[in-house]
Amino acid sequence: MSSKTQDVEALLNQKYRHGFITDIESDSLPPGLDEDVVTAISRKKNEPRFLLDWRLQAFRHWQTMTEPSWAHVHYKPIDYQDIVYYSAPRAPANAPKSLDEVDPKLLATYAKLGIPLHERARLAGVAVDAVFDSVSVATTFKDKLGKAGVIFCSFSDAVRNHPELVERYLGTVVPTGDNFFAALNSAVFSDGSFVYVPPGVRCPMELSTYFRINAAKTGQFERTLIIAAEGASVSYLEGCTAPMRDENQLHAAVVELVALDDARIKYSTVQNWYPGDENGRGGIFNFVTKRGECRGRNSKISWTQVETGSAITWKYPSCVLKGDDSVGEFYSVAVANNYQQADTGTKMIHIGRNTKSTIVSKGISAGHASNVYRGLVKILPSAEGARNFTQCDSLLMGPSCGAHTFPYMEVKNPTATVEHEASTSKIGEDQLFYCLQRGISAEDAVNMIVSGFCKVVFKELPMEFAVEAQNLLSVSLEGAVG
Amino acid sequence: MLLKISNLKARVAGKDILKGVDLEVKAGEVHAIMGPNGSGKSTLAQVLAGRQDYEVTGGTVTFEGRDLLSLPAEERARAGLFLGFQYPVEIPGVNNVYLLKAALNAKRKTAGLPEVDAYDFLALIKQKMKVMQMSESFLTRGVNEGFSGGEKKRNEVLQMLVLEPKLAILDETDSGLDIDALKIVSMGVNSLRDPARAVVLVTHYQRLLDYIVPDFVHVLSGGRILKSGDRSLALELEKRGYDWVQGAEVA
Repeated sequence: MSSKTQDVEALLNQKYRHGFITDIESDSLPPGLDEDVVTAISRKKNEPRFLLDWRLQAFRHWQTMTEPSWAHVHYKPIDYQDIVYYSAPRAPANAPKSLDEVDPKLLATYAKLGIPLHERARLAGVAVDAVFDSVSVATTFKDKLGKAGVIFCSFSDAVRNHPELVERYLGTVVPTGDNFFAALNSAVFSDGSFVYVPPGVRCPMELSTYFRINAAKTGQFERTLIIAAEGASVSYLEGCTAPMRDENQLHAAVVELVALDDARIKYSTVQNWYPGDENGRGGIFNFVTKRGECRGRNSKISWTQVETGSAITWKYPSCVLKGDDSVGEFYSVAVANNYQQADTGTKMIHIGRNTKSTIVSKGISAGHASNVYRGLVKILPSAEGARNFTQCDSLLMGPSCGAHTFPYMEVKNPTATVEHEASTSKIGEDQLFYCLQRGISAEDAVNMIVSGFCKVVFKELPMEFAVEAQNLLSVSLEGAVG
Repeated sequence: MLLKISNLKARVAGKDILKGVDLEVKAGEVHAIMGPNGSGKSTLAQVLAGRQDYEVTGGTVTFEGRDLLSLPAEERARAGLFLGFQYPVEIPGVNNVYLLKAALNAKRKTAGLPEVDAYDFLALIKQKMKVMQMSESFLTRGVNEGFSGGEKKRNEVLQMLVLEPKLAILDETDSGLDIDALKIVSMGVNSLRDPARAVVLVTHYQRLLDYIVPDFVHVLSGGRILKSGDRSLALELEKRGYDWVQGAEVA
């Protein structure tokens, strides 16, 4: 057994493949946060008055709040005055109009990450809005989308070109004072993505954003807002990687989705932020608020996430099911290895009649990691005939990791149906031996068993990303069996 | 000599189970190992297959002249040792065909043979499924996922037919089978009988031996082989019970 354990450790200690730093001059504010910093961010971005007021209101609210401590995660207190809240790569005075104008070093960075910008994007049929630190660098496929009437741009562009849409929807799903990290984000968010799909339009391609943190000691606070108007549908994927750093970096994003009558939004995440080293040093603190509102009747919002990175993950992509007959879904694979801590899950708030929600969560723990599922299913008195199905499965690899499940249910309407299934299994010695006895190597066997465990979630990912997710998973866990 | 076990001793969870087992199996032979519950039959099968939580405390085992005990489980399998499990495990979400194709190709790679592609593999497995009278739906299901006891055992024999091992150890492959399934499983095993291969059947019941007729029968009790003989030993055991053998040892 001991030789096997060593192999496992060697495999687990693989270097993080995306850990490189791009040497580019940054235009940054000094560390620290006060009203002047919030104002400076807004000024740098030439924002309209309403947005500055909105930021300041959020900042004032944030100052009255305390960091939440209920999550099953442990970390040293964050010094919010030691963080840089704005950092942009120095570029020609005007934003690049095409990829040719983009700093070649940035493009090389994306190439290393394997982001399908440029021709690869065209071949894959993926439109990429790449966020480098805080400023959106290049957006492809704007034309094709524009013909369909779809707006897909950086948040800053949306503020400039579609301020009425931003003002109408920003903060309507996640209010400025929703929680500590959402308030912080509202005050200092620097950029992000914006999508508007007009009535009756089916977005002609998958939309995808890769976020990347680069400058040292820089917090990244993106803000994403997606609106699907009546009868519209859109599928959106975000992928995340971060370079290797010793210190912990804070990532506090907010994502808001709005689905009007008969609209569909599918939001998929493959999160591979730097998880820290094998001793738990460094890594991203991923404190993210994601929420979608099925505002219209018969609308649907579906979250799929594959979370393999970050030192700490704190996120609960949720659905507020306001419209009658609306549907919310949450499919999740969360992997925690070494000293990673994940506290993740979802909230399904049933308000409309005959609303339906499905939750499928697969947690995988290895090394000394802790993996928590935390979910709330809330059925309000108005939600006649609401239904929920929840399935939470945990897979443990080795003796030193942990898995916890905290399901909360509040059912205030007697016609509701709520089902909950949960299981915890150790990656079976029996399963492993069965594969070995058939001549399959331990590494292949673990990949096979874990992929099988996650299959129902991977099925929900857009095809081209399902393969990527599977590869990511096998890199994260290769041989992780004790 | 295909398999030679000499004075094999093994323990599980600090408890001595095998206390000096001797057995020789030549190519072309079928051996049956019988014995009461807790006699060490399954332990012997698991130790030979290389299960790690079984600690070998003494003795030697050679497989085609090689030191079997020094090889990890997957290499034993690739060298041609197959274990039909008493309780085949479910691996949810992993497709039957996918696992078996990976197994066959791992073995072929070791032997320096080209890998079988999906098309040829499908043809091969369909042919073997016909022998085992398994329905096509098997192809799309997960490994043993939701299988009945009988289906699991049939799947074990199917895997054996695809992998064509030199030595097949079948651990109570007959338990939990109705008479029809028993006949199918036996037919599958018999179809593999060949001068170049050997089969070791671990079983409680004489019944199996009506269908797969062994060349030798051994009685394992208290961690040792107490008695060996031919087919007639099994019949006598059925008549007189295991006490007869255990009593004979005392006497």
